[in-house]
Amino acid sequence: MGRKLDPTKKEKRGPGRKARKQKGAETELAKFLPAGGDENSKRLSSRARKRAAKRRLGSAEAPETNKSPGAKPLPGKLPKGFCKPFGVSAGAVQTPGKKEASSLFNMARGKKRPAPTHSSAEEEEEDSEGDGVVNQEDLWGSEDSDADMIDDYGAGSNSEDEDEDDDEELLPIERAARKQKAQEAVAGDQWSEEETDEEEEEEQVSAESGPREDEESEGGLQINVDEEEPLLPPAGEVEQDILPEQGAPDLQCVHKRIQDIVGVLRDFGTQREEGRSRSEYLQRLRKDLATYYSYGDFLLGKLMDLFPLSELVEFLEANEVPRPITLRTNTLKTRRRDLAQALINRGVNLDPLGKWSKTGLVVYDSSVPIGATPEYLAGHYMLQGASSMLPVMALAPQEHERILDMCCAPGGKTSYIAQLMKNTGVILANDANAERLKSVVGNLHRLGVTNAIISHYDGRQFPKVVGGFDRVLLDAPCSGTGVISKDPAVKTNKDEKDILRCAHLQKELLLSAIDSVNASSKTGGYLVYCTCSIMVEENEWVVDYALKKRNVRLVPTGLDFGQEGFTRFRERRFHPTLRSTRRFYPHTHNMDGFFIAKFKKFSNSIPQSQTGNSATSTPTNPDLPNVNGQVTPKSESGSPSTKKAGQAKQRLQKQQHPKKSSFQKQNGISKGTDTELSTVSAVTKAQASSKLQDSSQPPETAAVVREPKEAGKLKQQSPKLQSSRKAAFRKQRAPPKTMDTDLPAAPSLSKTQATPKPEDRDQPFGNTTGAEKVKHQVAEQPFKKAAFQKRDGTPKGLKTPTVSSRSSSRPPPAKRRKSQSRGSLQPALTSVDG
Amino acid sequence: MRPLTEEETRVMFEKIAKYIGENLQLLVDRPDGTYCFRLHKDRVYYVSEKILKLAANISGDKLVSLGTCFGKFTKTHKFRLHITALDYLAPYAKYKVWIKPGAEQSFLYGNHVLKSGLGRITENTSQYQGVVVYSMADVPLSPLNLPRHIKEGEKLLLHHQEAN
Repeated sequence: MGRKLDPTKKEKRGPGRKARKQKGAETELAKFLPAGGDENSKRLSSRARKRAAKRRLGSAEAPETNKSPGAKPLPGKLPKGFCKPFGVSAGAVQTPGKKEASSLFNMARGKKRPAPTHSSAEEEEEDSEGDGVVNQEDLWGSEDSDADMIDDYGAGSNSEDEDEDDDEELLPIERAARKQKAQEAVAGDQWSEEETDEEEEEEQVSAESGPREDEESEGGLQINVDEEEPLLPPAGEVEQDILPEQGAPDLQCVHKRIQDIVGVLRDFGTQREEGRSRSEYLQRLRKDLATYYSYGDFLLGKLMDLFPLSELVEFLEANEVPRPITLRTNTLKTRRRDLAQALINRGVNLDPLGKWSKTGLVVYDSSVPIGATPEYLAGHYMLQGASSMLPVMALAPQEHERILDMCCAPGGKTSYIAQLMKNTGVILANDANAERLKSVVGNLHRLGVTNAIISHYDGRQFPKVVGGFDRVLLDAPCSGTGVISKDPAVKTNKDEKDILRCAHLQKELLLSAIDSVNASSKTGGYLVYCTCSIMVEENEWVVDYALKKRNVRLVPTGLDFGQEGFTRFRERRFHPTLRSTRRFYPHTHNMDGFFIAKFKKFSNSIPQSQTGNSATSTPTNPDLPNVNGQVTPKSESGSPSTKKAGQAKQRLQKQQHPKKSSFQKQNGISKGTDTELSTVSAVTKAQASSKLQDSSQPPETAAVVREPKEAGKLKQQSPKLQSSRKAAFRKQRAPPKTMDTDLPAAPSLSKTQATPKPEDRDQPFGNTTGAEKVKHQVAEQPFKKAAFQKRDGTPKGLKTPTVSSRSSSRPPPAKRRKSQSRGSLQPALTSVDG
Repeated sequence: MRPLTEEETRVMFEKIAKYIGENLQLLVDRPDGTYCFRLHKDRVYYVSEKILKLAANISGDKLVSLGTCFGKFTKTHKFRLHITALDYLAPYAKYKVWIKPGAEQSFLYGNHVLKSGLGRITENTSQYQGVVVYSMADVPLSPLNLPRHIKEGEKLLLHHQEAN
């Protein structure tokens, strides 16, 4: 900032040395300059005109401030034309222009801070104004002799006198200002910023300041600082502060204007300029914010949607400053107390992080490099952001659990998980980026984590590679809008498609993560999804999507601080449980922006969506021949009509959710069938199987009755189970047959797999058909099917979902299947096809 | 990932035995389960069997690391011990060397240690003996080989082994 006017260093006011001198100059000049010179200048503000009038009236000693005719518009900063007097005086300087400037500075001490700079700038620029009016005297005088002067608003607005003077002066000023307003609107000048920056161009600051003055005075709030006189450029004006010839916009002006506009918008009814709409103010604010904080337009627009204005500025300010360095004690090797002691001995200034963390320390400053101390090398602590500790706390891993960390680099959260588990259990730390994996390896070894396996997969492959985890942590790759302080490039290089691309990837990863959790885990079944972004598209939207697509629900994260996630945002509406998610911001919590959501999976089955499965049916068709070879003989016995009906339905069903069916194969089918089978008699089994079939290939079983039910309600298998039981019972005999018949028609291999279970008891052929059906389901998801098939090493009935579709002829006894299915399910999940 | 061959096992155990002697058996039979060594891309990993089971599911080219890396085999099939093995060697070390606090920092950052920097040393440490270096606070710093005969005022070439 330029030289600030220091109230304590005010120069002597009143008729003093300068005053005398200036007075002399003024009177001298007044003699020479044409009286109407000031008036002729169309640039004269109302005040200037008044002063000129006064002057002409012959107040020789009157400390009227005259605006030099050609005086450049004073920086509009000073309200009430204070600048103008300055400018005038500056311009009119005959004697010490500098002196005047300095005195101006002094005068302006009570005024706006930028005033001095502007004044000086002006002074420089309009150094040779003809008008030799020495405003200094006026200014000084105005303070001393308020009675004399009506004008000299600037002086009048000096600290203590301001209010009184303002009141007096406002009335005449108001009138003049209104006139000015009209004039200015025409002129379309820019606001003070241009004034200072581009004096040559703008001259209507004074004019603009007029209206602003009005606002201020009308609002009853006499602000000593520059009022936001010309907050908005007159209609039709373009952005001037970025004109190249002006050079860089004056950031001070911009900053001040930002504050002013925010103030106006806060109390829009009273503080607005007449004729200006809210959107104009907002647009101006947007441009100013973008200029001042160097943001791209897209991101700034998003942020303006996200935050109320007051918070917005705080948020932007917080992003300019790095967050404090925090570290996490590695409890595998040391205790926080000991570590703090050791670090303090080395010369590090630190404190415990907060009540919510037992292992965190925040470093204020350090005389040694905090990332190179012997304690660091010995793995006693890890440098980690405070917000990165939260997802692991939310996840709450228990000992002897199996945890998957899908995007683990650089390994901070993984190591935290390991230390919470005390090196028991297993952690699978995965990341898709090979370079960053090296840091994971290094960190985990350094911190003494022994129960980790580090792998290099794309997270979306996960349930296929290995699934059945007790807990999963997904720290999804995101746009990074919460960590702008770490990476300022995000301000400008993110746009709409980046966000959407991230969101798409996050949705895929989240679905894969959900599928990798084992809902029936004794101690777990939880998933934590977190991002370091604050965008709704990447957070609430993704979570909401997962809630619709999978059998999960949101549970409280266990973090008692942080802002709740949105349940609605602009045109979107989210599930109400999104209130249990948590958002963290840099400006409110002093940690990186973050979003955390904790899911609990309550069923391993995948609900089928309404989209048909017909698309998937076709790929499975080729598989049919293999299965059909065995099945056809049996299926042929079935009624062709049902077959056809089933086929149609199957196709429809298949369209619904390929993923779902595949998932069913992996988990759902086996699980579903397991649960059903184990608990029910053969009938139930049949029902279950038919239900499964329905879920996977809804209409396949041709359960004519059931089809309609299935079609629309695949999502909720359990309710369907209830309803379908009866239907299934009815069709107990029928479905198997229909299944057989359907099989050749529809490529629902998986279904066949499912059906065998109940069918085995009913019909020997049912096994194959069931297997086939299941295989159909498998086939629907080519890749998943492959995985499935591999996993199904054993051709058990219930395991058929996992069994390769090729091995269709499996006549596992129903009973055996039941128990085996349960048991086999687990190993099936855990065993990985090599 | 595969188990070590006989030859590799022999070489590795020889190396480790230099530091911990006969205590090697304790590494394998631990009270909390059986641990074993596995070779993956020329690196030897020390893992418990539980982890091994899960790691078997991961394809070889995607597996990066598991458990603790003890060291690696060079192209000429010599075994290099890594610092990550320190946690397991330190408790069983037969010969120990303590260095003074002043020398500790310098040693950690890769410099040599003079004899004057030695605080304590186990008796009967012969030349070229594998020792584990400790700080005065009994924090193990590194395993390494004593380079030469200890003479008064002579520089001991104690290099700090870096790993990973």
